Amino acid sequence: MRRTFLLPGLALAVLMTVSAPAAEISAAVAANFTKPAEELGKAFTARTGDTVAFSFGATGQLYTQLSQGAPFEVFLAADDKRPALAVQEGFGVAGTVFTYAVGKVVLYSPTIDVTDGAAVLKANAFQHLAVADPRTAPYGAAGMQVLDRLGLTETVAARIVTGENISQALQFIESGNAELGFVALSQVVDKPATQVWRVPAEDYAPIRQDAVLTTAGAGDPAAKAFLQFLQGDEGRAIIEKYGYEVR
Amino acid sequence: MPSVTEIAQPVGLTLTLALIVTAILLFVATPIAWWLTRSQSAWKAPVAAVVSLPLVLPPTVLGFYLLLAFGPNGPGGLIAPLWGARTLAFSFEGLVIASVLYSLPFMTQPLRTAFEAIGDEPLEAAATLGAGRRSTFFRLVIPLARSGYLTGAILTFAHTVGEFGVVLMIGGNIPGKTKLVSMAIYDFVERLEWDKAHLLAGGMVLFAFVVITTVMLIDRRVGRIAGVN
Repeated sequence: MRRTFLLPGLALAVLMTVSAPAAEISAAVAANFTKPAEELGKAFTARTGDTVAFSFGATGQLYTQLSQGAPFEVFLAADDKRPALAVQEGFGVAGTVFTYAVGKVVLYSPTIDVTDGAAVLKANAFQHLAVADPRTAPYGAAGMQVLDRLGLTETVAARIVTGENISQALQFIESGNAELGFVALSQVVDKPATQVWRVPAEDYAPIRQDAVLTTAGAGDPAAKAFLQFLQGDEGRAIIEKYGYEVR
Repeated sequence: MPSVTEIAQPVGLTLTLALIVTAILLFVATPIAWWLTRSQSAWKAPVAAVVSLPLVLPPTVLGFYLLLAFGPNGPGGLIAPLWGARTLAFSFEGLVIASVLYSLPFMTQPLRTAFEAIGDEPLEAAATLGAGRRSTFFRLVIPLARSGYLTGAILTFAHTVGEFGVVLMIGGNIPGKTKLVSMAIYDFVERLEWDKAHLLAGGMVLFAFVVITTVMLIDRRVGRIAGVN
């Protein structure tokens, strides 16, 4: 019995000695922002020497973890609801919420020409449409709004497969199991134009992605510096490069 | 307030899946376990290892390979068109196939243990009395291995009910088709609908307790009978 406790104890001791030196910021980041976040992290490290450890997931899932004491110091959500809620519930620091990116939802298919995405959706000649869970992932909700605008909610309902987050929605498409799906422009920004339909902005509510400093990060100057870096010229340029709008 | 379908649908679907998988594995695992017990082949160890792989591998490994195998570029893309689909993923049938693979060791191991416990003597006696291999198997081996079948069936059923990682990766979370209890709990927790999560999660705790207690009681009873003999 004693031996079974020894191993986790040892692992913990090793972990503690490893994570001690240099500032490492722990950041919870919405899955759609994976690529830019990694580049931002590298650029930030190059400039300051501090590193950022990212936890990617669905905004709802990350918020749940945060509310249960997850040690994230900054939270980059895919919406503007959860950061505000975090402040309201006492997990976020008041006055630190800002919009770091405005996201765009696209219809993506590696096999179907989606230059006119609305027509492809209306033709209904596909078996599976991948969408991130609309109740936890804002890009999933945006995708459902687009279907609603096109009057297709009911006709395609049975063909929707739900990814746990926007990354899984993309993975369903890339593995060929779903022919097409709604993802974030940032995920497919380097694909040919025929594979990506940029949904007109008036078809869905703008996806304002807000960031917030959490109470766990309130005393960490490196965490604050990272949030400032996102708002600076270098950070904004990286964010724009991945197909987001910055304000 | 939790609606009835939100709770009942995943529960019904999960029980159906577990029943089907258990039934299939009773047939699939029997010859495998028997071969592993009786064979002298050099392939015995590697085959036993392959059967046991799901015990060791993270479900994400199986989920990843199945996602590729089920899709239009894998074998799934050859089979699925038979009924007009283009992938085995996102379907109940796909979950059945995945669960059969994933739960294979949970049926095979108890059967193998039970077959090994029979030993050579009863088989030799049956042969001396002129029984054919087939009737020996059905009239002697299977009845003697019934506790193995019971344990295997219970473990397989329970393990299928408790499946999560593979379902998450290949299911697509479709209500009434691939949304199992474990997925429903995950969703409820994510959406902060914890009253519903409690309902299902509490039920699972109770279910697991009953299953484990039952298996332990069966094992003990079997042990006692063996001791008397």
